[in-house]
Parts: sequence; C-alpha cells; structure tokens
Amino acid sequence: MMNIPLSITTTIHDWLFSIMPEGAATITEWVLIAAAYLALFAVAGLYLVLLERKVAAWFQFRLGPNRVGPWGIFQTIADALKLVSKEIYSNRKVDKFLFNLAPYFVIIASLMAMAVFPFSKQFQGFDINIGVFFLFAVSSIGVIGLLVGGWASNNKYSLIGAMRSGLQTISYELSVGLSILTMVLLSGSLQLSEIIEVQRTGGWLIFQGHIPAIIAFMIFMIAGTAETNRAPFDLVEAESELGAGFHTEYSGMQFAYFFLAEFINMFIIASIAVVLFFGGWLSPFGITEGITWFPEVLWFIIKVFMIILLMMWFRWTFPRLRVDQLLTLEWKYLLPINMVNLVLMAIVIWLNITL
Amino acid sequence: MSYFSDIYSGIKTLLTGMRVTGGHFVRIRSENITQLYPDNRDTLQMFERFRGEVVMPHDENNEHRCTGCQSCEIACPNGSIEIIWDRQVDPATGKKKKMIDKHIYHLSMCTMCGLCINACPTDAIVWAQNFENAVYDRSALTKVLNQPGSKLKAGIEE
Repeated sequence: MMNIPLSITTTIHDWLFSIMPEGAATITEWVLIAAAYLALFAVAGLYLVLLERKVAAWFQFRLGPNRVGPWGIFQTIADALKLVSKEIYSNRKVDKFLFNLAPYFVIIASLMAMAVFPFSKQFQGFDINIGVFFLFAVSSIGVIGLLVGGWASNNKYSLIGAMRSGLQTISYELSVGLSILTMVLLSGSLQLSEIIEVQRTGGWLIFQGHIPAIIAFMIFMIAGTAETNRAPFDLVEAESELGAGFHTEYSGMQFAYFFLAEFINMFIIASIAVVLFFGGWLSPFGITEGITWFPEVLWFIIKVFMIILLMMWFRWTFPRLRVDQLLTLEWKYLLPINMVNLVLMAIVIWLNITL
Repeated sequence: MSYFSDIYSGIKTLLTGMRVTGGHFVRIRSENITQLYPDNRDTLQMFERFRGEVVMPHDENNEHRCTGCQSCEIACPNGSIEIIWDRQVDPATGKKKKMIDKHIYHLSMCTMCGLCINACPTDAIVWAQNFENAVYDRSALTKVLNQPGSKLKAGIEE
C-alpha cells in the first residue's frame, strides 16, 4: 500500500510495527508521512520564493535580498513569521464561508499532487497506476480555489482576476493534457515509477522521442507556465491592472497560502516535466548507477531546479500577454500543433524510429 | 503561410529576449550596479556628474575664483544664493574694487538645478559629490562658501 521505505523508513516502519498494534502503527505512519510532506511543502515554498527574488534580481542587475542572514537566506522565513503574526482580516460583505475555504482548496490541491511524485526509487508517497492522470486531475482543482476566492471577495478586481484564471486554466489544461498524452504514448504507462523505469534502459524520453518529444516539451513548458498563473501569463493577478487579482482581499496566512501554493505549483509543473521528459531521479548517462549510497533524490532536485530556473527566466524576460493574445496562442497555435504532434509521435512509434 | 512564419519569428524574438536577460544573469558579478551603501561608505565613489551641493573650491593659498559679479545670485530661480559684498581698495592697484565678503548658500532651498554653476563666468563654484546632507538643525544648512580670510586669486578678472 505505502511505497515509502528508504532504508531509514524501513527501520522506522519495522520499529513502529514492533511497538504498537498494526492499525495504530499504520495511522502513525500516515501522520509521519503527512508531516514530512507538509515540512517539504513549507521549506520548498519558502525557498522558492527566495530563489525567485534572487534570480529576478540577477536578471535585472540587482543583488536581491542580502540583509537577513548570509546572502539573505532567512529573508523569506522572516516574511513568513510576519505573515503568521498578522491579523486575518476580511471585509464586511465577503462570503465568509467561501472566503475562508478558498485558500485551502488551493493548498490541498498542491499537496495532493506532491504525494505521487517519485523523488527517488524508494521515496514516493503514493505510487498509483494512474499517476499521470491523477496529477493532471488534482492540479486542476487549484483553480476552483482561485475562482471561489475571487467570487467570495466581493470585489470587482478579484472577480475579474478569478474569471481570467478560469478562462486561462480551461484553455491551457488542454495543451498540458495533450503534451502529457504525447509522452504517455511513448512511455506506454501512466504510472510514474513505471515511466522512469522505461527511461532507465532507453534513455530519457526527450531523447527517445526526439523531434515530437522536444515539441511536446516546449508546449508543456508554455502551457505549464500558464497553468501556474506566472508571468507572462499572470493576467490573473496582473498587478498593474487588478491590484493583486483574486487574492486582493486576503491578508496574513491566507494570503501566504495562495502565495506559497503558486510556488509549489511551479515545483509541481517542473517535477512533471522532469519525470516525463528528463528521467526523474535517474542520473544523466547512468553515472551514479552503481553507487548504492548515492541519494538519487539529488538528481531529481537538481533537474527540478533547472526547470524552475527556466520558468523564472521566462517570467523575468517576457511581457504579459493580453487576454486575446492568450487565447490566440492557445487555440490557434498550441492546440493544433499539439494535435499534429500527437499524430507525429504515434507515427514515430509505429515506424519504430525512436532513439 | 504567415502562420508558420509567425511561429518562427515568435520563437526567434522570444529567444533573443532570453539571450539578453540570460547574459545579465550569468554576468551578474561584473555587471552588477548596486552599491551596498552603508557598508561601502569609506570607498564609495559618486559619479562625476552627480549634483550633491554647491561648493567653492579654494587653492592652497586660500584663494578662490569668485569675483563677486553676482551672476549666480541673479541666475538662481529661488534665491538660494546671497552675496554680501562691498567696495574695498585693492592693494595691488590702489583702486576701489568690488569684493565678496560672504557668499551665502542656502542648501535647504536649493533644487540642484545647476543654473548658478552654468552662469558663473569664472568657474568659481562647482558641484560637490557628497550626499549625506542631513543635519539636526536647519540653520546648519545655510553655508558660507568662501572660507574666512580668503581672497580672489590673481589674474581671474582679466
């Protein structure tokens, strides 16, 4: 059921089952896993914010945060402490229930998506055989949180932002889905660990699938950036037009949830890209294949950060699209190219000319 | 056919943009222009054209170049400069001549427009590069630019 055991987790697993009845031990394990993932969520979120600020500064000839701790590494922790201590305030006319519910939608969607990633061979929370499908389904729950939050805020700008996010996600979900489908066609499995096993023998899928895979990767990166509502697709929270979009009315920790969820979504998109195109935790050319003590999770993290850097590069280079440009890009360019690409991939596999 | 050329030019221009910002990203150490101000206070060099405040340079003999012509006072749009002068006997020629007593500069009123420095026919006043001009008392912002006991450098008026 639970496919967690690292060598450490096996020890904990055996120890827990030796000191308490089976049911209690299972529940304790669940709690421990949940705590581990929450910790990962918080740390990854905070440090991605810091990375974003640093990288943004470097793209613009600046230094970025450098006052709190060496190289500013405690800056986002200080920010988070400030947000925790702030009052959670809402206007009189908001829909109280939905207003308070919305941040949890966003954050739970991100957390559920995190659960299925194979960080390394042994470190995977939940290895289901429809992993890719599950990821795809869960990652689109987040937009409900944005819609609910924007609606419940009782604020025109928030509502416009929320509607834009709905429009954007519905459009770009298609491209993400089709580009993922292209790769599933090549790997022949929906299970994430299985997809990685396919790449162990045949090389990373982006090399196996050569031209259609590279096109699929480009489309996935564009559509994935749009999915996470980041610039150049940040119409949802376009600062110059809508204040802060759907989270204008939020303060304190509720705001922090939206903010962190955005960065975790970026992590998730990057992780999907790494698993589907760049061999997950597999080392390049198998250089650490024989070394048993080497933490494979390191390769996963390095690759994920490379993809995240690419997304930040997009963000700090490209100007924001207009709404009509956004829709033109999706429906006139990405979608037709994607469909042709799917057929191309099928032909490549049919003629057996994969590398 | 413009469909495909649009895609091509779109990708090309996006990559051009990414090359520019990527160049900044990798060369951040050499191209960074941020000054870590309070930390590098001792070594900080302001730019040549920076307008800090108006000063009157004096040479080693305590001589300045101001003839007291009042061009700067007239040029100043908001009266930041006041020149107190009188006629004294010039010891070299024995004739009476206009000489400055005090060149008063109100930093608190100055907008750093630079008209006085443009107007000066003898380049007696220049821009200084200091910028830490905060003081506790407003009266400290009224400055006398010519040093006590200073006199006009010979040969300026010819």
